[in-house]
Amino acid sequence: MSRMTLSEKILAAAARRDSVAPGDFLLVEPDLGLANDITAPIAIQEFEKTGAGSCRFPERIWLVADHFTPNKDILSAQQVKVMRDFSRRHAGVHFFEQGDVGVEHALLPELGAIVPGMVVIGADSHTCTYGALGAFATGMGSTDLAGFYLTGKAWLRVPSSIKIVFTGTLRKWVTGKDLVLALIGTISVSGALYKALEFSGPAIDSLSVEGRLSMANMAVEAGAKNGIFTADEKVASYLSSRAAGRPWAPCAPDADASYEKVVTIDAGALEPLVAAPHLPQNVRPAAETDAKVDQVVIGSCTNGRIEDLRLAAQVLKGRRVAAGVRCIVIPATPHAYRQALSEGLFDVFLDAGAVISPPTCGPCLGGHMGILAEGERCISTTNRNFVGRMGHTGSEVYLASPATAAASAVTGRITTPSEVV
Amino acid sequence: MKFSGTVSVFGENVNTDEIIAARYLNTSDPAVLALHCMEDVRPGFPQSIVPGHIIVAGANFGCGSSREHAPIALKAAGISCVVAESFARIFFRNAINTGLPIVECPGISSRAAEGDRIEVDLDNGVLVLPSGARRTISPFPPFMQAIVKEGGWIPYLRAQKSFAEGA
Ligand code: SF4
Repeated sequence: MSRMTLSEKILAAAARRDSVAPGDFLLVEPDLGLANDITAPIAIQEFEKTGAGSCRFPERIWLVADHFTPNKDILSAQQVKVMRDFSRRHAGVHFFEQGDVGVEHALLPELGAIVPGMVVIGADSHTCTYGALGAFATGMGSTDLAGFYLTGKAWLRVPSSIKIVFTGTLRKWVTGKDLVLALIGTISVSGALYKALEFSGPAIDSLSVEGRLSMANMAVEAGAKNGIFTADEKVASYLSSRAAGRPWAPCAPDADASYEKVVTIDAGALEPLVAAPHLPQNVRPAAETDAKVDQVVIGSCTNGRIEDLRLAAQVLKGRRVAAGVRCIVIPATPHAYRQALSEGLFDVFLDAGAVISPPTCGPCLGGHMGILAEGERCISTTNRNFVGRMGHTGSEVYLASPATAAASAVTGRITTPSEVV
Repeated sequence: MKFSGTVSVFGENVNTDEIIAARYLNTSDPAVLALHCMEDVRPGFPQSIVPGHIIVAGANFGCGSSREHAPIALKAAGISCVVAESFARIFFRNAINTGLPIVECPGISSRAAEGDRIEVDLDNGVLVLPSGARRTISPFPPFMQAIVKEGGWIPYLRAQKSFAEGA
C-alpha cells in the first residue's frame, strides 16, 4: 500500500498521483498563494513583465499588506499601492489593508481561508504556519508567486519527513511556543533543512489550535519546508464557525509511513523557555536566564492571537510594567483586537502601562513601532532573534511565550510567569 | 557556466537579514539593494566586490525570511556565484528562480580562505580549490537544470507555453 506521511499524501493528491516519494519533483496547482507588502511588489512586477493580461486563478491570490503598515514611509506606501492597483485590475484577488489587515499568518486561518488538505504557497517564510490546520503550506519566493499568478502552478520537491512526538502533559505556563523552542533547541536551526516536520503525540492532542499555529509557524526556524499536524476534532470545531460551508476531508498519515527519523520530546518535563541571541536554537530555561530587558513585544504571527493576548493579560492583570521598560502589545488581527477590547484586556494592558499598536508586523522585523537602539535588549513573542532583527545591530532579542514575556515586563528582567503570578 | 574569482568567506547560518536588512525592503530596486548587501555583517562589502567575486560560506546559507531581495542583492552587487556547505531551502529556490548560480560543496569552508581564488565549472561539475585540487560538485537534478537553462522560472514557464492557459 501507499505508506505515505501526511505531507506526502497531500502532495500526491495535489499532483493527482497514487503516491509520491521524497525527492520527487512535482508541478502542482496550489489552492492558495499569498504575498505581502515586501514580496508582492516583486511578484507583480515579474508577472507584468510577461505581458499577460490576466491571472490563471485570481480568486486563489491573497495579498496582505501587513509588514510596514500603516505605511511607515513613502517607499512603503508605494509598495502597497502596487498591490492595491493590481487587486483592482484583477477581479477576485483578495487584498487586505488598513482596517481589514492583520498579520498574514494570523489573518488567513482566522478568516477560514485554510482547510485541511490544501496546498498553500506563500512568498513569506512563515507560510508554514498553516500546517497547524492540516494543510501542506510552505514559503517560496516572489518569482514562484509570479509563476503562480501566470499559470496557477508551482514546482515542489517532495520533502522527506521527520516525525516529532511530544509526550507527557504540559505544566502550567508551558505553551506551544515553549514546545517548538524545545524542538529547535534539540535539532538546531538546520536540523530539518528541506524536510517536513510532522507533529504528533499526547501533548499535541491536548494543545489548542492556537498553540499548534505557534508551533507550525516556527518550523522554518529549524530549516523545515513545512510543519504539519493531523486535523482532529479541535481543528474541526475551530473551522466550524470560520470556514463554514467549505468542504474538507480528514487526512492522516499511513500507520506504516516511513520517516527519515523520529524525535521524541518529553513535553511534561519542560518549563518556560527562551531562545537567547542571536539564533532561535539558543534555547534555555527562562528561570536560568538572568538578563535585564528594555523592551517587551507581545504580538506577531507566532503569538499575536487572542489566546496569546489573554495569556499575557492573565500575567499583567493588576500589575505594572517595570519602570524604564517599554511594553508593546500588538494584536495580530482586527478580530483579535476587537475581541481583546471587548474582553477588557485593553484595560489590563493600559493599566499596566503598556502601549497597544494596531495589527502590523512592525518591530518583529525591525520595521517600525518599536525599534531597538544600540545596546538594548528585548524579550519578544516573535520568531527570530538574528543580529539586528529588531533594530540596531548592537541590540538583542530573546524569544519567549506571551506569558514569559509579560512576566518579564513586570520585573524588568527575564522571568518565569510563576515567579510573578 | 564557469566562474573564476576572489573568495570572500562567511560563516554558518548567514541569514537573509544579514544579506539584506529588512530596513531596505521598502524597495526592490536591485541597484539600491546591492549597495546594502551584507551591510550588518561586513560593512563596506559591496565596495570590495571585484568582477567574478565568489562567496564561500558554511551550512544553511540564506536562512530566515523568503525575501527574494537576498539573491537579487548579491547578484546586483556583482557576486558571480555562492559556494556553501548547504543552503536554506527558500534561498536555494529563489537563487534558481532568479538565476543566481549557487553550488553546494560539503567541506568548502575549511578549504578556501579570504582572498583565495577558486574556479567553479558548473558545466563539468568541477570546483578547483586554491591548492589546485579539484572537487567534483554534483549537478542540479534535471528539472532544476532545465529552469536554470531557460534563465529562471518565468522564462521556463513561458518556454513550456503552459502560461498560455492563463492568458
Ligand atoms: S510577524 Fe514577523 S515573522 Fe510574522 S509575517 Fe510579520 S515579519 Fe514575518
